[in-house]
Amino acid sequence: MTTLLFGFVLVLALASFLVARSRAGQLAGDTPASLHSRPAYHGFYSLLWVLMAGIGFLIVLTLVPNYLMTNSLLSQIGQALPDSAFIERQLILSDAKALATGRIASQTDPLRQEIAAAYAAKAAFWGWIRIALVVGAALIAAIATQATVSLDWRARNRAENIVRLILAAMATIAILTTIGIVVSLIFETYSFFSKIDWQLHKFLFGTTWSPLSGVQEGHMDADKVGAVPLFAGTLMITFIAMLVAVPVGLFAAIYLSDFAGNRTRAIVKPMLEILAGIPTVVYGFFAAITVAPFFRNTGDAIGVSIASESALVAGLVMGIMIIPFISSLSDDVINSVPQALRDGSFGLGATKAETIRQVVLPAALPGIVSAALLGFSRAVGETMIVVMAAGQGANLTANPLEAVTTVTVQIVMLITGDTEAETAAGPAFTLGFTLFCITLLMNVAAQRLVRKYRETYE
Amino acid sequence: MYDTQTHGSALDQTDIKFSARNVQVYYGDTHAIKDVDVDIADKTVTAFIGPSGCGKSTFLRCLNRMNDTIDVCRITGDIRLDGEDIYDKRVDPVQLRAKVGMVFQKPNPFPKSIYDNVAYGPKIHGLARTRADLDVIVEKALRRGAIWDEVKDRLHAPGTGLSGGQQQRLCIARAIATEPEVLLMDEPCSALDPIATAQVEELIDELRTRYSLVIVTHSMQQAARVSQKTAFFHLGNLVEFGETSQIFTNPDDPRTESYITGRIG
Ligand SMILES: Nc1ncnc2c1ncn2[C@@H]1O[C@H](COP(=O)(O)OP(=O)(O)OP(=O)(O)O)[C@@H](O)[C@H]1O
Ligand SMILES: [Mg+2]
Repeated sequence: MTTLLFGFVLVLALASFLVARSRAGQLAGDTPASLHSRPAYHGFYSLLWVLMAGIGFLIVLTLVPNYLMTNSLLSQIGQALPDSAFIERQLILSDAKALATGRIASQTDPLRQEIAAAYAAKAAFWGWIRIALVVGAALIAAIATQATVSLDWRARNRAENIVRLILAAMATIAILTTIGIVVSLIFETYSFFSKIDWQLHKFLFGTTWSPLSGVQEGHMDADKVGAVPLFAGTLMITFIAMLVAVPVGLFAAIYLSDFAGNRTRAIVKPMLEILAGIPTVVYGFFAAITVAPFFRNTGDAIGVSIASESALVAGLVMGIMIIPFISSLSDDVINSVPQALRDGSFGLGATKAETIRQVVLPAALPGIVSAALLGFSRAVGETMIVVMAAGQGANLTANPLEAVTTVTVQIVMLITGDTEAETAAGPAFTLGFTLFCITLLMNVAAQRLVRKYRETYE
Repeated sequence: MYDTQTHGSALDQTDIKFSARNVQVYYGDTHAIKDVDVDIADKTVTAFIGPSGCGKSTFLRCLNRMNDTIDVCRITGDIRLDGEDIYDKRVDPVQLRAKVGMVFQKPNPFPKSIYDNVAYGPKIHGLARTRADLDVIVEKALRRGAIWDEVKDRLHAPGTGLSGGQQQRLCIARAIATEPEVLLMDEPCSALDPIATAQVEELIDELRTRYSLVIVTHSMQQAARVSQKTAFFHLGNLVEFGETSQIFTNPDDPRTESYITGRIG
């Protein structure tokens, strides 16, 4: 039924578009300039209204009755079985719905049949209301907008306003989602900190991370939630990764944009971008199965002990993963530095190296920094590689050859472990929130730095 | 530059800076310069005139090998600077461009401060030993570029923040700060007001006492005012080349005459 209604609204909108357009055309006759808005705008305006009215009513009249029916039927079940748990009532309701729509229910009894009958009656009632209102609203919109077609009706301005509102609504959805996520992070973090009696310093500066050992009844042991080893591990691996990715990525970008011929570029750039398409889980087992043993054996051969899970291997492989992000973005910004600037420098007798170092790179700096930042955020948030290659034990060390753990690994372990979700979620959300704050701070700091040193060109 | 200059026959033409013979330039399949022969004298202003798209900029860019940066561009023929073939394999274009400076058709200041824009060339060529030396060079160049008074209070503001005409004069100052022997100017005054134009023309006149200058211009009056020699290009051909006074009063070729009197271009 929903599909049918939707189709009806679409067809009506289209028809309304055509009618309004041709009517506007006829009004203008031989003097198209006498119309304030071109005929297509009259059509478009009409189409927008029909769509908004039809689809708006369709959405509202699908969601609201469903909510109302569920509530009233659940309370009806509650009256029949006062002792039943909420989940049991929901099961009965879904069985009843299944019965009413002819699907198979888990069991059938008089109560279920009674509820099913009630559901069917209500659903039929709302179904008719929905059809009537959707069709009615769409028709009214179509007719009303036809009536407005006239020589000086400002259909273009109005249609553009509507489009602007729709665009703003979409942007709002994106922003609201972000706000929602951040608020829920803050909320969970708050409740976690209240569980450790607001001993923030124990979380921020403590060095023992074992939050779930000996947890009883939702109370955390504040001495075991020291997150320092995790952040130290994350930072060490990120640092190693950036050490690999930034020079390699940047130099590759410089080579591609200023030294490579067109043909080389056409081959190499897509190849680099393929690197970005490899799923990180592949990098992860590549690190664990190929790179780590290689390092361990090499270490054995030269008498250095390298753990089979080490920060070095994880950082290295992560760095390789990030190279294409940095090289591809930097290549784009370096390429967008105008040729005229390079010519100006060459024209003064500068060499290619001088030109790149003193003219091109400074001009491209803001873009290069944002490329590096993007890489940094990827590295901080990267999970699969570190889960497989870095280790799980919260081990505070400055030696990159030992196993370390990261924030993301611990979040994975908390959430996938067999502790009930409610207890494990607290520390996980708190870690996530802290990580978010760090990345945000980095971004803000880098933006400021760039603004201070940026060299703008038109 | 290499130092195997052959003196012999060059003696009677010591005042010839550039001599071009049989120059052809192709952009891919487009034949942009056809068979051009020209001699550009030292301590002289040579004007290139001609309708848009006739190849003035292209030929100018051949003289300091700026066309090397364009992949599709191919040049044949012989261009000599002081008797040395500048397209010889042993010639380093970087050194050539230090000797043959260029001001581009569109102003292209670096996104750096005004000071750094002018100091750029002297710095990379090591023309200044101390910071004070550099200050002197920068000031002198800006003064000769007729822009000192406008920028002396904001030497450390970005050069891209200047107006179009100021940017062009900054680029002129930048080019003369490196003390080139030849200065190629591609429509240096197209974005300038009459006052700045007069200042730049004055500068050109002054530079002529020491350098060889080549200037592309769309203004007949300007060509007549500043140049001693004029070359008229049309559709990639060098139609006529000679004394400016002669070209403007008594041209040989009917095409030159039509162009000067405003009938083509
Ligand atoms: N980079 C390039 N690639 C391909 N063709 C080019 C290139 N630059 C110039 N040309 C072509 O070469 C011809 C000469 O161009 P050029 O820029 O030398 O003209 P011009 O005389 O300087 O004109 P204007 O007075 O408009 O500056 C034109 O037909 C142009 O299309
Ligand atoms: Mg030109």
